[in-house]
Amino acid sequence: MSASRRTYRRNILWNAALIHRLSGIGLAIFLPLHFLVLGLAIEGAGRLNGFLRLTQMPAVEFAEAGLIFLLVVHFLGGLRLLAIENLPWFGGQKWIATAIAAVSGCAAFVFLVRVL
Amino acid sequence: MSEAVSTLKVSLWRGGSDGRFKTYTVPLKANQTVLDIVTWVQRHLDPTLSYRFACRVGMCGSCAMTVNGRPRWTCRTHVTKVIQNGMLEVAPLANMPVIKDLAADMRPFFEKWVAAHGTFAASKTRTDAIEPIKPDEPARRAADEAIECINCGACYAACDTVRWNPDYLGPAALNRAWSLVNDVRDSDRTSRLAAISAEGGCHNCHSHQSCQEHCPQSLNPTRSIAGLKRLSMQAFVRGEINA
Amino acid sequence: MNARLYFWQRGSAALMVPMIVVHLAVIFYATSQRLTAAEILSRTQGSLAWGLFYGAFVLLASIHASIGTRNILCEWGRLKSGSAGAVASVFGAALIALGLRAVAAVVLP
Repeated sequence: MSASRRTYRRNILWNAALIHRLSGIGLAIFLPLHFLVLGLAIEGAGRLNGFLRLTQMPAVEFAEAGLIFLLVVHFLGGLRLLAIENLPWFGGQKWIATAIAAVSGCAAFVFLVRVL
Repeated sequence: MSEAVSTLKVSLWRGGSDGRFKTYTVPLKANQTVLDIVTWVQRHLDPTLSYRFACRVGMCGSCAMTVNGRPRWTCRTHVTKVIQNGMLEVAPLANMPVIKDLAADMRPFFEKWVAAHGTFAASKTRTDAIEPIKPDEPARRAADEAIECINCGACYAACDTVRWNPDYLGPAALNRAWSLVNDVRDSDRTSRLAAISAEGGCHNCHSHQSCQEHCPQSLNPTRSIAGLKRLSMQAFVRGEINA
Repeated sequence: MNARLYFWQRGSAALMVPMIVVHLAVIFYATSQRLTAAEILSRTQGSLAWGLFYGAFVLLASIHASIGTRNILCEWGRLKSGSAGAVASVFGAALIALGLRAVAAVVLP
């Protein structure tokens, strides 16, 4: 049926759930790589240091800032869900979801400014 | 004022799930509802148009359809408030099979009410004294907040979790279960909690809150489902239900 | 998703709340100080506290991620709950193995 049949989805809380899911997928893909890199230390500091030096390339640092965004947005978004499910009902959730996205973006930006 | 001020192009879904939209030109009148438009098409242009309605005053929950992409109760939806770019597109409710034209098959919707133990199970008989219920007790308030559902299916059609997981009981059935677990006269509490804690139960809800956004009765099924999640976790931790 | 999976997913999430705050602080500290691998390892090797903290973090994150993966495979991948559960269990077990190996690499002297 036509595309306009799903306009109900264009809503902040629906998008917040989408961001939560996509950030979760991103983190789930990143985690094994993260563990493999840290596992390099088993072969001594030299191997790990070689990789850590690689992470000081600007392109890699941008990617790391992206990971900070994923972690913070998934963390804060998850806190909002835990609050919805476990606390008495509260309003203002569209505002909170928007603030979470903004704070996560700021955290990633601060990270980038500090490492660059 | 003259009767027909101007005309409106309206696209109505025709056929089954493999059907298509067909456009009709209808007169635009003051205080016209979407249901009025559909009825006008059936009476003046095509008597084979199928759709469902009964009360026309927002009580029965029969007439919900997808209007310009959103599930709405068509009898209480004014055309002028939902027109987009001079267009009106009406389709059957989403997340349900299409019977024909604008009539969706609501059987899966009501089967899930049954699966969620949506029927009251009396704990007393007619020979017992009537149990006094205080209207301001917290449980009764919670039940009252959820009780005005008219079973229109708008929340179910708006829920993407239903769309992704056909086994999910959905907002209306779970909201009904919530009003019953808060009814002190009901005797089915533990087995109802077990039913809504199984695969497809309340724990699938992602709190998109589209149900709340689209409920014509301004109910909040997401809040009801959050309450069920808490009660079911208490029952799970105490070992009253297995999952 | 049923009550049991919900218990483990939301439970692991709640337990990770303080751990993520600590982990973010560690990330910001280590990157802004531009610690080398030797400097990091000198702080972590032989530390029971870091070992227990990150060991627990790995277990919780693996539980949380594997249940999330199962749900996504069911909802977006249209897998049956049995096969989604099997794939997610393998993923979770791999995360635990890789994660504990990483913790051991960083913490064992």
